[in-house]
Amino acid sequence: MSALALAATAEEGFLRRLARRPLAVASAAILALVALLALIAPLLAQWSGIDPNAVDLLARFEPPSARHWLGTDDIGRDVLLRLLMGGRVSLFVGLTAALGAAVIGTAIGLMAGYWGGRADAALMRLTDGVIALPLLPLLIVLAAIDLAKLGVPAEIAASDQVSLYRIIVIIVLTGWTTVARLVRGATLSVRTRDYVLAAIGQGAGPWRIMAVHILPNVAAPIVVATTLSVGNVILTETVLSFLGLGIQPPLPSWGNMLTNAQELLTTAPMLAIWPGLLIFVTVIACNLLGDGLQDALDPRAAQG
Amino acid sequence: MTRYILDRLVQSALVLLAMSFVIYGLIGLMPGDPVDLMISADPKMTAADAARLKALHGLDQPLVARYGQWLKAAASGDLGYSRLYAKPVLQALGPALLSTTVLVGASFLLSLAIALPAGVWVATRPDGPADRAVNLFCFAGVSMPPFWLAILLILVFAVGLGWLPAGGTPTRGDAGLVDYARHLVLPVATLTLLQVGGYLRFMRAAMIETLRQDYIRTALAKGASPRRVLLGHALRNALNPVVTVVALGFGGLFSGALITETMFAWPGMGKLILDAIMGNDFNLALVALLFATLLILAANLLADLAYAWLDPRVSLAAPERGA
Repeated sequence: MSALALAATAEEGFLRRLARRPLAVASAAILALVALLALIAPLLAQWSGIDPNAVDLLARFEPPSARHWLGTDDIGRDVLLRLLMGGRVSLFVGLTAALGAAVIGTAIGLMAGYWGGRADAALMRLTDGVIALPLLPLLIVLAAIDLAKLGVPAEIAASDQVSLYRIIVIIVLTGWTTVARLVRGATLSVRTRDYVLAAIGQGAGPWRIMAVHILPNVAAPIVVATTLSVGNVILTETVLSFLGLGIQPPLPSWGNMLTNAQELLTTAPMLAIWPGLLIFVTVIACNLLGDGLQDALDPRAAQG
Repeated sequence: MTRYILDRLVQSALVLLAMSFVIYGLIGLMPGDPVDLMISADPKMTAADAARLKALHGLDQPLVARYGQWLKAAASGDLGYSRLYAKPVLQALGPALLSTTVLVGASFLLSLAIALPAGVWVATRPDGPADRAVNLFCFAGVSMPPFWLAILLILVFAVGLGWLPAGGTPTRGDAGLVDYARHLVLPVATLTLLQVGGYLRFMRAAMIETLRQDYIRTALAKGASPRRVLLGHALRNALNPVVTVVALGFGGLFSGALITETMFAWPGMGKLILDAIMGNDFNLALVALLFATLLILAANLLADLAYAWLDPRVSLAAPERGA
């Protein structure tokens, strides 16, 4: 059988194993739906003629209606459209930060596992150090620092885009450790295999060996860990935005839509229900999908 | 063994020292500094006054010099004064640590009391309907946004049913233990629901892994009753990795309850850290963050020691490479 055919069978086996996990499949479908709705949110806003950021103080706390399917919030904005626009932000942050953390974690894990010795010791000390940090308080400090004091011009430091990219950067900076440890472990076990030794014998350089021979063979744990971390990143983003330190209004995010929810709990409880429900559904879908992927990618672990 | 502990203590001290410098630097980058705060409080202050104050407090000096002075003072026991609480930092930290210990301790014990038996129970019937239901519950717990869970519980039990207070602790007078406990119920429930899933899944995985071992089959073959094998042979061994993971996470709980404490106005470490950061209380934020780090490092060390103590195959003297 040719290598291509072998790869194809392996892939079919993977898809078959994944299909046997209805929760994972349903999760993938839910994530696709949420992502699609978030993608077309600006179009929906155009078609319906509703501006998700338009304040209308005469239409506060309106109940659901034909025009506002989920009603309006405390300053008269359409709740459904803001949820979808917020989904764009939360999903974008979740995906980019999880991918960024995976890239850094993979690089560090590959180098530590491949080179071993002092490089390994130093990189793993660094990883241990980052893991020992009180993550949430530290993220709060990082989210609160004044970029102007770092020499960033004031008008840039205060813009919407900065609150978005800052949160991605700080989550990446603190979130790479899981992938780094996994990749290091997998690299250690792969680097003594015959095909790696053969490549070394043929004179391939370390970077080529890491990228071509080791990376594809440690991809499974990376995929699983990254899927799981999308959910965690979304939780982190929403927590920071909820505290007023993440995505800044009027740009909606699922987190900052809940900032005032606690005070309005008696007036408008549904305003507190919807954004949290979307966060919950999205995060649990990421986690269930990650779990299903883990079993499907590693048939040995799935038995029993 | 002693050698290993000493090594680890030195390492932990180094991490703490590095962390103190990083946080000191970061806090210097937060909006406003102490003199700016004084300026905003006193309209009569001139630019010259401000410059003089900055020089007086050493704020015109480079970061490393200022950090050095802070470190010297800290080493001699002077951790500074909290702006928000108007008392020395350690006196503000003490009561918060106590409140958090009560909250985190109660939810920690409750979580384990649920997760360990339930984990063992589902491990004996993997992939059955009960296992699947419990699994889904675990995923729900770890996927729950903490602030939303708190809002839901407040909505149902405080606003809707009116059974329990929505937050805070009794401050005035001696309201008694019952009132204190009533305030504790919702935050403990929140933290427990968030934690229990992770512990349960871990207990289940460890138990399933252990039940696959040869010595379990041997014990069963020799005629030991399944109950005896499960609780006598398997549980003892399955608990080792669980103890390690639980101990590893324990240190983080003290600052990780930040959201729950804030939502229920529970005056613990997490809420204190958040208030200190948001309220420009730099001395307090710095020391509280370092203290939170110290707790995590201590828990990590204890986890490693517990692991070696529980599992005689693990030797700390010569750590296995790549393990």
